[in-house]
Amino acid sequence: MKLYSNWLIRHKMKNKMKSGKIKGLSLHVIPYTEVEKMNIAERVKKILSLILNNKIVILQGRLRPEEEARLIEDTMVLVDHVQNFKGIELAVIEPDMKGKNIVEKMKHGIAKRLVGDSEALTVVGPASVIKEIKKDPKKIELFLT
Amino acid sequence: MIRILKNFSRRILRAIFRRKDNIKLGFYGPPNAGKTSIANKICKDWTGEEIGTVSKIPHETRHVQFKEKVEIKYKGKELVFKIVDTPGIATKIDYENFLRYGLKKREAKKRAKEATQGIIDSIQWLDDMDAVVVVLDASENPYSQVNITIIGNIVARKIPVLVVANKIDLRKADIKKFESAFPEYDVVGISAKEGTNMDEFYEALFKLANKT
Repeated sequence: MKLYSNWLIRHKMKNKMKSGKIKGLSLHVIPYTEVEKMNIAERVKKILSLILNNKIVILQGRLRPEEEARLIEDTMVLVDHVQNFKGIELAVIEPDMKGKNIVEKMKHGIAKRLVGDSEALTVVGPASVIKEIKKDPKKIELFLT
Repeated sequence: MIRILKNFSRRILRAIFRRKDNIKLGFYGPPNAGKTSIANKICKDWTGEEIGTVSKIPHETRHVQFKEKVEIKYKGKELVFKIVDTPGIATKIDYENFLRYGLKKREAKKRAKEATQGIIDSIQWLDDMDAVVVVLDASENPYSQVNITIIGNIVARKIPVLVVANKIDLRKADIKKFESAFPEYDVVGISAKEGTNMDEFYEALFKLANKT
């Protein structure tokens, strides 16, 4: 998948950095093999520790619904305890799923999970950095705050 | 042997004819979709009392609130529900957003702190639900990641679900978008504020209760 977003991020980051709002932001790619054998707690911990370091995480594959729920729960605990941490933005990008309904996307996701689901990408980032993630099978647009 | 058969048949008959009592019905969704407004409308209609307060400020409901033994009658049938109204689920909470609504910094911070705990509670209560009404704002995008996460978790737990697109009175409301987003579920468009389409809602609610 072409990450058109790289250019977009660079472009927007340049402007942001000029304005002094953001200092040192980076993308961190986690290959599926790196998290394949981890349990829910370990995966969520890994993602959140990167986010707390102001990194945008691009995870190859997708999280299971219970992992997404756990990610939200743990995020809320951190919002409560870590100063200036306001939460996360989360998006799952699946190729060729544009125009499909949520049920088809979920079915596709469930089926793919059984074989490792390496086609999908999960993007998670700190809410203080990402305002919104717009999804398109061919591109990811990150709207930075 | 006869006694075993008798007991077995008694259990079967009881299971078939028992009245479904206190079906735990959860109202889930993102903040400000109108979960409490719908729960209030139902509780007011059938018990005369509301369940909680509503506000334009997001995260007004920050604690799980419930009303026991809400008896709803529809077309000659009667069901008893425990209505569970939950705080809206979100992935981020910024106290500064509340300042825009005129809250003082201290109040806003308190609201944010309570909202984070509310989200955790909502997720944890999901395991206790017999059926769930997912309440979404009909004027918003149905494909948001939070909506997908909520529905995904309900489906994973095999809990029967009804999707309600609230606020159909708004000009931007587009019920067709929701029907095409959730073709495998009953989708009902209502306006809790104006009491529009409540008959269709109760019809779908009884159908949902039959799946529990």
